[in-house]
Amino acid sequence: MTATAPDGAQTNRWRRRSVLPGFGLSIGYTIAYLSLVVLIPLAGLGFRSATLGWDQFWKIAFDPRVTSALQLSFGAALLAAVVNTIFGVLVAWVLVRYRFPGRRWLDAAVDLPFALPTAVAGIALATLYAPNGPFGALLDDWFGIKVGFTSIGVVMALIFVGLPFVVRTVQPVLEEIDRETEEVAATLGARRWRTVTQVIFPALFPAILTGFALSFARGVGEYGSVIFIASNLPFQSEIAPLLIVIKLEENNYAGATAIATIMLVISFAMLFVINLIQAASRRWFGHE
Amino acid sequence: MSDTQSAKQKKSARLAIGEGPGTKLVLIIAALTFLGLMLIAPLLVVFVEAFGRGIQVYLDALALPDTAAALQLTLLVAAIAVPLNLVFGIAAAWLIAKFDFKGKSFLLTLIDLPFAVSPVVSGLIFVLLFGANSALGPILDGYGIKVLFAVPGIVIATIFITFPFIARELIPLMQQQGSSEEEAAVSLGASGWRTFFQVTLPNVKWGLLYGVLLCNARAMGEFGAVSVVSGHIRGVTNTLPLHIEILYNDNKAAAAFAVASLLAALALITLAAKTVLEARFAGSLAAQRRH
Repeated sequence: MTATAPDGAQTNRWRRRSVLPGFGLSIGYTIAYLSLVVLIPLAGLGFRSATLGWDQFWKIAFDPRVTSALQLSFGAALLAAVVNTIFGVLVAWVLVRYRFPGRRWLDAAVDLPFALPTAVAGIALATLYAPNGPFGALLDDWFGIKVGFTSIGVVMALIFVGLPFVVRTVQPVLEEIDRETEEVAATLGARRWRTVTQVIFPALFPAILTGFALSFARGVGEYGSVIFIASNLPFQSEIAPLLIVIKLEENNYAGATAIATIMLVISFAMLFVINLIQAASRRWFGHE
Repeated sequence: MSDTQSAKQKKSARLAIGEGPGTKLVLIIAALTFLGLMLIAPLLVVFVEAFGRGIQVYLDALALPDTAAALQLTLLVAAIAVPLNLVFGIAAAWLIAKFDFKGKSFLLTLIDLPFAVSPVVSGLIFVLLFGANSALGPILDGYGIKVLFAVPGIVIATIFITFPFIARELIPLMQQQGSSEEEAAVSLGASGWRTFFQVTLPNVKWGLLYGVLLCNARAMGEFGAVSVVSGHIRGVTNTLPLHIEILYNDNKAAAAFAVASLLAALALITLAAKTVLEARFAGSLAAQRRH
C-alpha cells in the first residue's frame, strides 16, 4: 500500500496538466445535456413549489392523509433497508469468502431487482404473498401474519427492490481487504469474532452505511412494485408516490408538487450524506 | 510434545483466520435461503403463472393487438433513449476520467440525481413542464406538438430515468484504466477522435456493452415515470409495463404474466450477459494492472 501511494500521487499531478484533447467538447456537451434533461426540468419543480407559498405548502404537508403516506413510505423504507443491510452483508460475505457450487449464478442473481421491471416484480410478489398465494397462505397459517394488501407487503416489496444495493457496495470493499491484516490479528491471539468485529467491520462500515442509504433512498421513492402488493387504501397502505399519482389524477397539481418537494428534499439530503460518507471512507482507507 | 503443541498452534491460527466448517455451512445456507425466498421465488412465479395454463393461453395473450402495439412502443422508446444516453455517457466518462478540474465531484453528484428521484416525481416534473397550465405546454400545443399523454413525453421521461446508467458504468472503468495509453497515442500524433476510437473504445467496449444492456433493460421496464406521463391510452401510449398493469387489473392475470415473462426474459439475458462479460473483464483488468 505504501509503495503505490507516491505512484498514485504522480499520476494525479500528471492528469492535471493533461495533453489529451476534447476537454472543451466533452464538458460543453455534458453540461448542456445534463441541464436540458435533468437540471431545467427539476428546477421547474422547484419553481412550481416556490409559487405555492408557505401557507398552502404547510397545509398540504400536514394533511393527515399526506403525513400518513409519508410515514409509511419512510418507515417501510427504513425497515426494508435494515433487513437488506443485515442480509446484504451476509450475502456479500458468503459470495466473497466461500466457494460452493452455484456461487457464480447466485452472484448474478443478486442484480435481478436492478434488471427486472418493477411492474413484473410487483405482480409476482402480489401473487406470492396474496392471502391465497403460496407464501401468503403459509405465513398466515403458521404465524398469523398477513402480508398481501398490508403495510408488511409494502416492506417485502421494498426489500426486493433494495436488496442489491448493500451487496454491491460491500462486496468490492470486502474483496479488497488485505487478508494479511486478519492473519496478523489472528497470530497476535485475537479470536475470530474479535478479528471480524474489530478489524474487518470497521473497514466495511462506510460501505455498509452507503448501501443502507442507497437501499433506503430507493425504497422511499419506489412505486411500481408496491402498488400491486399494497391495498392502496388511505391510512392503511397508501405510499407517498401513489398519493402524488392520485393528486395528479384529480388535477391537484399543487398537492402533487408539495408532496414531491418534501420527498425530493429528503432524498437529496440523503444523497449528500452518501457522498460525504464516500469521501470520508476514501480518506480513511485510501482505496478507490 | 513440542510437535503436537506446534500442530495445535497451527490449527488454532487457521481457525482464527477463517470460520469453522459448521459456521460456514450455516452462513451459506442462510444466504441461499434468503436469496431463494426473496429473489428466485418471485422470478419463478412469473414463468409458472405465464405458462401454467398451457402454451396456447400464453400465445393468445401475446397475440392481443394491444400487446403488439405496446411492444412496438417499448422498442421505439428504447431505440431513442438508449443511443442519446450512450453519447452522453461517453462524453461524461471522457470528461471525468481523463481530466482533473474543479467541481468534478459536484458534477458526479448532478449526474446521479435521477437515481435519487422517485420515478413518480420524475414523471411529475415533466407533467409540470409540458402540462396544460405550464409555460411550455400551450406554446407547443399551438404548433400542434403534443408531448404529454403522447409518445414524446414517454421518451423524455425514459431518457431522464435512464440518464446516469451508461455514464455510471463507464466512469469507474475509465478511471481505473488511467490515461497513459491515450497520452502515448496523442504524443505519437494521433488525433483525439482516432485516439478515442482506436485506444479508448477497445479498452472499455465490454463495460460499455453492459452499460447499454442495463440502460436498455431499465428503459424498456420503466413503470412509475412513464405511467404518470402516458395517460394510459390503450394501443397508443401503453408501453409493456403499463400494459401488464392494465391486464392485471382487468383480472387477466395469465395474460399479464405472459407479457411479464417477456420482460423477465430480457432481465435474465441482461444478467447472463453481465456474468459472461465480467468473466472476460476480470482478465482484461488484471492484464491492465500488470503494466
